[in-house]
Amino acid sequence: MNDPKGRREFLQLLGLGGVVFASGLAGACSKILRKSAGPEDDFFFVQLSDTHWGFKGPPNPEAANTLRQAVQAVNALPIQPDFVVFTGDLTHTTDDDAERRKRMREFKAIVADLKTPVRRYMPGEHDASLDQGKAFEEQFGATRYSFDHKGIHFAVIDNVSDPQAALGDKQLDWLHADLKPLPAEAPIVVFTHRPLFDLAPQWDWATKDGSKAIDLLQQWKNVTVFYGHIHQEHHFRTGAIAHHAARSLIFPLPAPLSQPKRAPVPWDPMHPRRGLGFREIGVDESRLVLTLKEDSLEGAPTAQPAAAIGSF
Amino acid sequence: MRDALWMMLAVTLAAAAALAQDKVIAVTAERFKFTPAVIELKLGEPVVLELTTLDRKHGFQIPDLKIDESIEPGKVTRLRIVPDKAGTFPFHCDVFCGSGHEEMAGEIVVKP
Repeated sequence: MNDPKGRREFLQLLGLGGVVFASGLAGACSKILRKSAGPEDDFFFVQLSDTHWGFKGPPNPEAANTLRQAVQAVNALPIQPDFVVFTGDLTHTTDDDAERRKRMREFKAIVADLKTPVRRYMPGEHDASLDQGKAFEEQFGATRYSFDHKGIHFAVIDNVSDPQAALGDKQLDWLHADLKPLPAEAPIVVFTHRPLFDLAPQWDWATKDGSKAIDLLQQWKNVTVFYGHIHQEHHFRTGAIAHHAARSLIFPLPAPLSQPKRAPVPWDPMHPRRGLGFREIGVDESRLVLTLKEDSLEGAPTAQPAAAIGSF
Repeated sequence: MRDALWMMLAVTLAAAAALAQDKVIAVTAERFKFTPAVIELKLGEPVVLELTTLDRKHGFQIPDLKIDESIEPGKVTRLRIVPDKAGTFPFHCDVFCGSGHEEMAGEIVVKP
């Protein structure tokens, strides 16, 4: 890309039920998400994903600061989102149950600095697979739930508490019961961690019974899925359903099956935050068109050193 | 019904005889590796992989061959493979087992 920093770029317009893709620097162009209509007519929320708090290693020597940088970048948006959703892997996995809970408490303390008071959480396999979600539920609540916000139905589904990456029939029954009262045209947004479709099963980038969820969701005409796990922006369609993966906030991973192993993209000291970012999702007044803006952490303000934050 | 039972028994006996004649390759799983990590097979030569774990539950998934098995502590998972095409077929653990799980992988190499 030869575009100068901060330039807005529209990549695709899909029309009804579709999305407008855009990319830019954190905080550079949020006003695109607000039209001239009244403030009640449209809104936006922010997706943060794969923060892996507690990770230490060469793929991100600045890991102790990256989450704070993301919090600052979101706080620097000229308009604050209605809510922030974290699509899993809030913490990096550990065998030590006490350390897992400590990391979760530290994570909560850091994101408490977000100006946006409404935060929605879900686990990734790093948070939940070793204890089937027990610590996550203690710290953040249910691993699957739904809520409504300004005319959109949001469903959070858990494909990580089962270490074999399955949703399970019980959860699928719950999802069906949750969506059943909605008309076929209802706008629905699904949050999950792993891709529901078989993006790259060789890299464990799939959900064992994700096809059952997709078959179920196909009964509704306006469904969009936002997920994480793969540490990169990715867009895919299964029938009428759009699936959008978000960038990570710890280290990027290579494109699906682009190399023999899914090893992290090596850290570049000249561009220490390359490939890291978050997403703003705008919802227009029709509730049928979503606007995705990908914000890079490159160029975002530097966070305070970890030592200045205090202990937990 | 009686004929059906005999048929099932015959198939079972035939399968057991085939298993008894097949080459056996022991594969151990432990966090976060398989041993051996590269399994070399010959085209058309049946083998039985005997999968065991040295620590906890793991998985053994070969997406290209639609194979997805669990490896439980204290048990031997036997997997009969008749390679019908040459090539390299990656496998990995699909039961999340901790930091390093993402690297727990290997490959089956089928030579002509």
